[in-house]
Amino acid sequence: MKTNNLPDKIVWSTCNVNCGSRCPVRLHVKNGIVVRVGTDNTKQGSSGTQQIRACLRGRGIRKWIYSPERLLYPMKRVGKRGEGRFARITWDQAFEEIASKLESIIAQYGNEAIYRNYGTGNLGGVVSHHNQIEKLMNVLGGMLNYHNSYSTAQIFQAMTYLYGKKDTGNYISDMVNSKLVVLFGNNTAETRMSGGGTVRDLVLAKKNKNARVIVIDPLYTDTVTGFADEWIPIRPGTDAALAAAIAHVLIINDMVDNDFLTRYTIGYDKSSMPEDIPEGNSYKEYILGSGADGIPKTPEWASVITGIPAKRILELAYEIGGTKPVYIAQGWGPQRHANGEQTARAICMLPILTGNVGIKGGNSGDREASFGIDWPTIPVGENRVKTSIPCFLWTKAIENHKEFTALNSGLREKKRLQVPIKFLWCFASNALINQHSDINHTHEILQNESKCEMIVLIDNIMSSSAKYADILLPGTSSFEERDLSYQGYAVEMGALFIREKAIEPMGECLTLFDICAGIARQMGKEKQFTHGMNHDQWVEYMYHQCRKIKPRLPKDFSKALEQGFYKWPRDGKPFTGLASFRKNPEKYPLATPSGKIEIFSSLLWKMSQTWELPEGDSIQALPEYLPTWGTPGKKDAALYPLQLVGHHYKQRTHSTYGNNEWLKEASPQSLWINPMDAESRGIVHGDLVKVFNDIGTTLVRAKVTPRIMPGVLSLPQGAWYNPDQKGIDQGGCINILTSQRPSPIAKGNPQHTNLVQVVKEKQNNV
Amino acid sequence: MFKTPAFFIDMQICTGCKTCMVACKDKNDLAQGIRWRRVYEFCGGDWVKGDDETFTQNVFAYYISMGCNHCKDPACVEACPSCAMHKDASGMVLIDPKKCVGCRYCEWVCPYSAPQFDVSNGIMTKCDFCQELIHEGKKPCCVEACPTHALSFGDYDELEALHGRKTIIAPLPSPEMTAPNLIIVPPKKAQSPDNTQGLIQNPEEVKNE
Ligand code: SF4
Ligand code: SF4
Ligand code: SF4
Repeated sequence: MKTNNLPDKIVWSTCNVNCGSRCPVRLHVKNGIVVRVGTDNTKQGSSGTQQIRACLRGRGIRKWIYSPERLLYPMKRVGKRGEGRFARITWDQAFEEIASKLESIIAQYGNEAIYRNYGTGNLGGVVSHHNQIEKLMNVLGGMLNYHNSYSTAQIFQAMTYLYGKKDTGNYISDMVNSKLVVLFGNNTAETRMSGGGTVRDLVLAKKNKNARVIVIDPLYTDTVTGFADEWIPIRPGTDAALAAAIAHVLIINDMVDNDFLTRYTIGYDKSSMPEDIPEGNSYKEYILGSGADGIPKTPEWASVITGIPAKRILELAYEIGGTKPVYIAQGWGPQRHANGEQTARAICMLPILTGNVGIKGGNSGDREASFGIDWPTIPVGENRVKTSIPCFLWTKAIENHKEFTALNSGLREKKRLQVPIKFLWCFASNALINQHSDINHTHEILQNESKCEMIVLIDNIMSSSAKYADILLPGTSSFEERDLSYQGYAVEMGALFIREKAIEPMGECLTLFDICAGIARQMGKEKQFTHGMNHDQWVEYMYHQCRKIKPRLPKDFSKALEQGFYKWPRDGKPFTGLASFRKNPEKYPLATPSGKIEIFSSLLWKMSQTWELPEGDSIQALPEYLPTWGTPGKKDAALYPLQLVGHHYKQRTHSTYGNNEWLKEASPQSLWINPMDAESRGIVHGDLVKVFNDIGTTLVRAKVTPRIMPGVLSLPQGAWYNPDQKGIDQGGCINILTSQRPSPIAKGNPQHTNLVQVVKEKQNNV
Repeated sequence: MFKTPAFFIDMQICTGCKTCMVACKDKNDLAQGIRWRRVYEFCGGDWVKGDDETFTQNVFAYYISMGCNHCKDPACVEACPSCAMHKDASGMVLIDPKKCVGCRYCEWVCPYSAPQFDVSNGIMTKCDFCQELIHEGKKPCCVEACPTHALSFGDYDELEALHGRKTIIAPLPSPEMTAPNLIIVPPKKAQSPDNTQGLIQNPEEVKNE
């Protein structure tokens, strides 16, 4: 039982997934096998270079490296897409088939018919990065681009209309300067889990100054258990109604910062509206009920919508209005909704009304900011194709490109899409089926092999998406190759990892670079792609690029490789977002049309006149509460009375590591359901339940817990889709229930906007 | 070496992340179902629906990470008929696998579920405080793993001097039973040990299979 065998070597590597952090894992290797996994054991830095301790996922990585689902050989599909039946082929055959298909698709449709699907399962590599595929395609004339992400589509665009840019927040460590912290749907403890990530900064800030923390969330999250002084449960998708009611209380009680509003914003009241906008469109009029809808946004009005008692809303408004500075921040959950752009801006109205923007201890209402060193990425050349689709709409670009326009689908650089997607690249992407909405519909689209003619998928593991590949290629895991990694994007320190290959590639696994080089060779473009270097030489080349930023890194690459790991503390004091604008708005205007904070967005006003939207959708210039499809009280609510969200869950990072047995044992997949909703359906903890709507059905065990609001369910996102013969998912994958209808402005994924029903399927037999 | 090795948990910063548990599994190569360290989720509270579709509640929840408390009066040692379970010179409660007959008495009497039965080998196993690391002057694996530094260890008397007498919170058993070497900082929402409202919410995540 005991590992008394001393390792032959201990190698620095990293956990490379898309959780926001980047943790070192120290691989103990014996006889060519990883026998144990450690983490950052360097001396505890006192000045912001604390140990970047890996979370459970990094620590459990051994089970993943050696999981039975590892892909070992290049394969070609023999069954239907999704069946998972493949035949082994040689690398040469794989390169030939890919090259000849690329050639024929480019000849027939042009480069715009080729697309790399969104996917973040391996984000940590520098040479083994998906931009190798971009580079290969650029050598071959380019491919269709995407904008947005599945994480942040709505909030990033919303912040751009409001503040002229995304990422406008203060560091979380700035909480030491705050008197009150209010978090909307921001679950740092479970989404930023690394010991070097923001959860640790939150711990230190809380220990240091102990500002009161209020968390507003449908779930009593791990951030609530750890850090909140108070939890205010709220119905999903209704944060904007709460914000409006708080604004109402602030306005009628004269608790708004009028000087701030006058100097820094437009659209608050009649006096600061852009020209040519009809009367009744200012924020104040909307809130007080003198605008178009005639409804005063009182706490009583909001209480019915949000589920929060009016008295509590009133108290919260007084607390926010009567304290300064207040750190108000949102996570990325509230925005991942059909009305997410509205919600994201509405939450920001609270710091705007109270003048908490751009000051120490305050925050813009955006997510907390992070610090990182701006390290170089591999040069990819120029993409001659400029056209860009919102990444969430790739299925539409396969299915219905003729109806894909700038005005109805957010297409960029072209008015209308001219060719459909015919060739799909997927690298470490489970968004081909698992992480994209409406699995059944995606399945249907992919079944038609005359639509998207070829899918090439590169991964380490036979994921749900891998089963849909036409050509399935085994990439080396990051432990089987040398590479660099940089700090994560949700941290407050800089880091550079120089990772040595710990073990030999399994089976016939190749690095992404070698795969792309093989295809380039087949197409007579090897030199243009490799620039005469191999994978390891590129790693060394990139290391020397890094030295241009940090010249004190050793000249000798082998020394750096031996050291493995460098850290730098962030510069100076906790960063204050929008500080220069706050100091001097005339000299440092925002990038909005007016240069000010646009409470009334003139750009959105224009879009509301020109964009084509399906019935029931609308674009609002003001950050109003917008009831949408998929919210209670709407058409479907009688059949499907429960709201369903899919929170991020410690068992995996999105879907990565979803097959890890240790992690599944520690944190199995389950449906969170309140005892009130469970009792009325005869459901007890551990029962197998059926969750369904018109889109699909999944079976999963119930976690009956008061930690979720009545009327709301959560099925943690990322569990692996596992259909039976009839297409009923047995894996508890939320995307069997989510819709492909995009949000109105960003055309983002509204994956927390769902209405479902749940019934008991089978008695608890645990 | 410690006189009385003890664990310490600052439950105000434990997020229930289970890194301690998985790091322990990795270090000790533990098979499925064997959990030398477990993270309990204790939770309760009521919801009341108002006339206006609103809700009020008094929900509480917190996590307790639990390995073996290497108790001063270890019930497991007392119950073991073959003397496999013993307290060694350094104060750790350990199992001699050669002596273990697999009767599982220790498992029944331990109020913390520390002894974890290994079905395939027919013997009991448990947290050994990472004794070989301790003897090398290092920290136990779980302590070194905890991302928030909630988990720590040390000599019982020193920890007690630093953090005060142990507080008893639900759902921990009365310390009278085994005199555990465990010091905690209770969570903000700590419930008193006679709390009847709360439940361990994750039985399937902490049981020994
Ligand atoms: S999942 Fe993220 S936090 Fe966890 S070990 Fe990997 S990089 Fe670190
Ligand atoms: S001390 Fe070692 S054996 Fe005991 S719980 Fe911690 S990691 Fe596991
Ligand atoms: S690793 Fe630390 S924070 Fe995580 S569950 Fe264990 S004790 Fe708690």
